[in-house]
Amino acid sequence: MIGFLLRRLLAMAATLLAVCALTFAVFYLLPSDPAAQFCGKDCSADRIQLVRQQLGLADPLVVQFWHYVTAVFAGRSYGTGPYAVQCHFPCFGYSFQSAQPVWDLMTDRLPTSVSLALGAAVLWLVLGVGAGVLSALRRGTWLDRTLMVGTIGIAALPVYFTAMILLYLVVTVAGILPYPRYIAFGEDPAGWVTNLILPWITLALLYAAIYARMTRNSVIETMAEPYVRTARAKGLREARVVGRHGLRPALTPVATMLGMDLGGLLAGALITESLFSLPGIGKLFADSLNKADQPVIMGITLLASFFIVSSNLVVDLVYAWIDPRARLS
Amino acid sequence: MTPHPLLEVRDLTVEFSTEEGPVRAVRGIDFTVERGRTLGIVGESGSGKSVTSLAVMGLHRGATVTGSARLDGTELVGAPDERLRTLRGRRMAMVFQDALTALHPYFTVGDQIAEAYREHFGGTRRAALARAVDVLGDVGIPEPARRADEYPHQFSGGMRQRAMIALALSCEPDLVIADEPTTALDVTVQAQVLELLMRLQQERGLGIVMITHDLGVIARVADDVLVMYGGSAAEQAPADTLFTTPRHPYTRGLLDSLPRLDAERGTELRSIPGSPPSLLAPPAGCAFHPRCPRHAARPDARCTGDRPPLRTVADGHRSACVHDEVTA
Amino acid sequence: MTTPLAPAPAGGAGAPAAPEAAPAPASPRALALHRLRRQKSAKAGAAVIAFFVLAAVLAPVLTAISGTTPDAVDKKAVDPYLGGLPRGSLGGISPDHWLGVEPMLGRDIFARLLYGAQISLLVACASALLITLIGTVLGITAGYFGGRTDAVISRFMDIMMSFPSLIFMIALLSVARDVNRVVLLIGVMSLFSWPYIARVVRGQTLSLKHREYVEAARASGTTNRRILFGEILPNLTGTVIVYVTLAVPGLIGTEAALSFLGVGIRPPTPSWGQMISDAVLYYKVDPMFFVLPSACLFLVVLAFTLVGDALRDALDPKGGRT
Repeated sequence: MIGFLLRRLLAMAATLLAVCALTFAVFYLLPSDPAAQFCGKDCSADRIQLVRQQLGLADPLVVQFWHYVTAVFAGRSYGTGPYAVQCHFPCFGYSFQSAQPVWDLMTDRLPTSVSLALGAAVLWLVLGVGAGVLSALRRGTWLDRTLMVGTIGIAALPVYFTAMILLYLVVTVAGILPYPRYIAFGEDPAGWVTNLILPWITLALLYAAIYARMTRNSVIETMAEPYVRTARAKGLREARVVGRHGLRPALTPVATMLGMDLGGLLAGALITESLFSLPGIGKLFADSLNKADQPVIMGITLLASFFIVSSNLVVDLVYAWIDPRARLS
Repeated sequence: MTPHPLLEVRDLTVEFSTEEGPVRAVRGIDFTVERGRTLGIVGESGSGKSVTSLAVMGLHRGATVTGSARLDGTELVGAPDERLRTLRGRRMAMVFQDALTALHPYFTVGDQIAEAYREHFGGTRRAALARAVDVLGDVGIPEPARRADEYPHQFSGGMRQRAMIALALSCEPDLVIADEPTTALDVTVQAQVLELLMRLQQERGLGIVMITHDLGVIARVADDVLVMYGGSAAEQAPADTLFTTPRHPYTRGLLDSLPRLDAERGTELRSIPGSPPSLLAPPAGCAFHPRCPRHAARPDARCTGDRPPLRTVADGHRSACVHDEVTA
Repeated sequence: MTTPLAPAPAGGAGAPAAPEAAPAPASPRALALHRLRRQKSAKAGAAVIAFFVLAAVLAPVLTAISGTTPDAVDKKAVDPYLGGLPRGSLGGISPDHWLGVEPMLGRDIFARLLYGAQISLLVACASALLITLIGTVLGITAGYFGGRTDAVISRFMDIMMSFPSLIFMIALLSVARDVNRVVLLIGVMSLFSWPYIARVVRGQTLSLKHREYVEAARASGTTNRRILFGEILPNLTGTVIVYVTLAVPGLIGTEAALSFLGVGIRPPTPSWGQMISDAVLYYKVDPMFFVLPSACLFLVVLAFTLVGDALRDALDPKGGRT
């Protein structure tokens, strides 16, 4: 188990390094003048010059990459002399436009994104897995057919549409909920829920539909496995056959997918956050796109990769914990 | 003991409904298994032999079963699920073909055996686990206490099949249905597993139904044999009789296709031409007639009319071939 | 349909009882086609796809008939005293503008939707073709040759798949120099989508490689080329077709999302994502402007999903036929 963990951690580090290199390449090598890109839209020639010096663009590429990678772990300062800016550990870059380290900008927004992703995940798991299991166990009935037709339709709904319809019906017409804004859970748990419920539903509907279809297939496949037949041949109660022998393996791929989706959503709910103007990482990203604030775009790209890679690791570990066969290979 | 035979199957029929129409996988078969005896059911894929066993166990999901199957006098066909469930594993148990897929990959072998034991006898987890270790020892697994904590994929093929047998025997059933229990194993391991089954049968007076496509296995363990073809019985006889005087051309074909040590060098193994019949659109009359050498040599209207029933051709020997003359 | 248990003792797990000996010896392809035709949803999906493809191809003709262009500003169709909202009901639907006009600029929505369909379908289908090509070539190479080749390609796929693809696409698009936006979109979207097809193809190739007939071909000295093109590739087509069809709705959605976020197709070229992004501001006062592109997006995505699902059921019956 220790060896397994070590190997996974090593693979994770390698992947992250590859991601770093690619990110570096995208932002430092592709643009004709990275300094101009980093400085933003309305930037005077003087400022571009200053940024160029602060970024150390005159250094050899390898040195630049070295600075860039070490900064994440040790922090760095951009430039020297009176114009030097300090970027502490963990340094994900420095936004010259807002004169703040990217890390600070991101950590401000993180609670919103985490709240959005986790809440939505709970919702879609309950709805999606519930519908999928029900559909599989009642295969061929009208309930199964209705659920499957419904999910295929819901999965095709553009999030923009779901979000706007919900806003229109619930907020504008019925007026039962306020227009969503982020309230910290610690401040007002009830307000946290009522303000986030619409974004949660918007995100969760899409995923719930996908999870329902996947769960259904997985459960149907597993229930046809010989070991489920063995469980019945042992004389176990049907509830135990389904619950212990059927659902556990059937839901393993669902858990895997959940890990990956959550990892992707922590920094990737761009559209939902934009539609509801929720101040999350995704909204920060979208706003930075409009302002062409490259250091923030780059920082978020790295952070998002980190979330995905580490959630892959968690998924692997959970997988090994659930399925003993995975521990060996 | 009781006057009833251990397992008495009469006119058992199993039908599936599929998208392409109804499929009769088993059509009216009869057999009896006594305590301490082994019935071999032999046939190719799709002959209905496995479906028969699953129907007896009540594991025929989605199929319609008619006829009768009595376990020690208790009717199984049409019995409520809950009644069947208490018999499954407890009075009749099953050994499946491929233990790697038939045992659950997520649970230890000991856990899986203990689970069955507790379902039927209750008691503590610890006691059930101790019982599991005992049975694992009974089936000849070395260091059973340690192996009980391992997962199926950590066992070798032969050991896994022994574990499967241990699982079947954990609740001291009267009847064991073994569906191709040795097909996935090496020849030497095959022999060991068969010997184990026979030893356990002698010790416990088990009735065994041995389902296989391998006449070699039948020759080794069976007392009586039922040859199935296309969902019906082709021939039924005591094992000795069947091997010495096979009556049905299908059985002869099967026997001819066996390699023999006393055959002359250079004799080619004969195979039965053609392929097994479609269950969806079975040939009219005798299901075997399209491949039958007798029919080819001497076409008979009775072969293509109704499906020929089993007829007694000698004492305890029944055949479904219309050409068979009653000899005794 | 109920799940029949498998009477076949070997290798028949999960397969229905009967089809091992179907009455008429139909070829697998004919059987697949037969199954496909029986599905009403697939027919409906195909009809919707055909409708939008025709609309996209005939966009110049149709706009000539309707007498509009996607870029022409029609200030007369909007009411400056109402903040530039379209005059008339339902977003300004009139004989001049069949589906109404945009607020502010008064550009014709019918024309913009048609040209938007061009972009949407062009980008998605071209990306689909590209990822099919890359994914199949790399997947087969990894699966067939195995060893170090496989290790390198698989590792590369793993890395590509652990990227936050949408974010990385946006990052790339935001720094990329403006050449041809459509080509750029196709390239960037394909870059992050091929590993999913490659992984499936690799797995299939691995299992095909160990089939008896392939091993027999190899043992009898058939060249790799002959085996790849004669034995492996033909057996992969079904799977590839299914996965590509199912990838198209995702690609359409991605293109819309990128354009929505402003890094996709640049104005004035119309695209659905961009129209939706403009319309979000007006969803209360001019719902038609918002509903129309959303509905187009919904229909096309749904249609491709339906056809893809039906194809999977027909070509790959193990993938959960209901």
